[in-house]
Amino acid sequence: MPKKIFIVIAAYNEEKRIGKVLSDLKKKRYKNIVVVDDGSSDNTYEVAKKKKVHVLRHLINRGQGAALKTGIDFALEKKADIIVTYDADGQFLAKDIKEVVKPIKKGIVDVTLGSRFLGNVVNIPTLKKVALKIGIFVVHILYKIDVTDSQCGFRAFSNDAAKKIEINADRMEHAGQILHEIMINKLKYKEIPITVIYDNYSLKKGQSWKNSIKLGIKMLFKRFGR
Amino acid sequence: MISLLQIIGFVFVLFTASRVILRARDKKLKFRETIFWLSVWFVLIFVIFFPELTSNLAKILGIGRGIDVIIYSSIGLLFYLIFRLYVKLEEAEQEITKVVREVALSEKRKKK
Repeated sequence: MPKKIFIVIAAYNEEKRIGKVLSDLKKKRYKNIVVVDDGSSDNTYEVAKKKKVHVLRHLINRGQGAALKTGIDFALEKKADIIVTYDADGQFLAKDIKEVVKPIKKGIVDVTLGSRFLGNVVNIPTLKKVALKIGIFVVHILYKIDVTDSQCGFRAFSNDAAKKIEINADRMEHAGQILHEIMINKLKYKEIPITVIYDNYSLKKGQSWKNSIKLGIKMLFKRFGR
Repeated sequence: MISLLQIIGFVFVLFTASRVILRARDKKLKFRETIFWLSVWFVLIFVIFFPELTSNLAKILGIGRGIDVIIYSSIGLLFYLIFRLYVKLEEAEQEITKVVREVALSEKRKKK
């Protein structure tokens, strides 16, 4: 029986990119695409709607973690076998999905995590690279999980794993939280090399290094605060 | 002899205490919180008019001056309150997210 693959995309003010991202995915024959418009003030919702995919709308902006969770909940309602989280800004390549999904399809692992450092990184700024490396170290200390890339938005979950993983961190801390959930639920995971393309657009929208510091502090709070 | 600072302090405390009572009357504050805040202001009135009381407390605690006791305990209290506020805010944020998510999902279900 073919597995039902759902691709979940959180989009916030991505009207310029989301259309192409969705077209690329459709070209690869992915039918179940869920876009969660996270309270965008531009035409993200309309652009996504035109592409005839599932579009959900957050009335107000609640952050990427919250939007992904909404999409994952929706995919679970639709009885997805595999759920892939994907970025709306065109940094990822649709052809990588096949590889990310494969180990779950085969039943080898419950979760796969995309890694830019195992794969290709195109034009990554040094400062960002350093910030990401620090992120890996922090994750190693806090969650005792060794990954080569802790903040990558390209992941895939089996239905079972998606049900187990709780995401209540609304903003960017969800990346750390997912790793934490993998650890406490003892899920099997594997890192898959992926390509990430950096250009001016994605850099502007992406996380600044100031944000990265804030993120680190928040992760500490989350881990020890309760 | 009552100093100007004492008068200003007293007026300030009366003002804030009146806010607490007004909030309580509107049922915006829970009973427990009302008692907590009123006792904070009540203690402050004592401190304003009988500062030597704090000196005794300072001696017992082994802190130099009475005013220092007030400053230390105020900072401690402030930290605690800010922490509580942080937790409450975080909870409220998560509740908002739940509502937003539910609206998004149920709207999608309706459109079927």
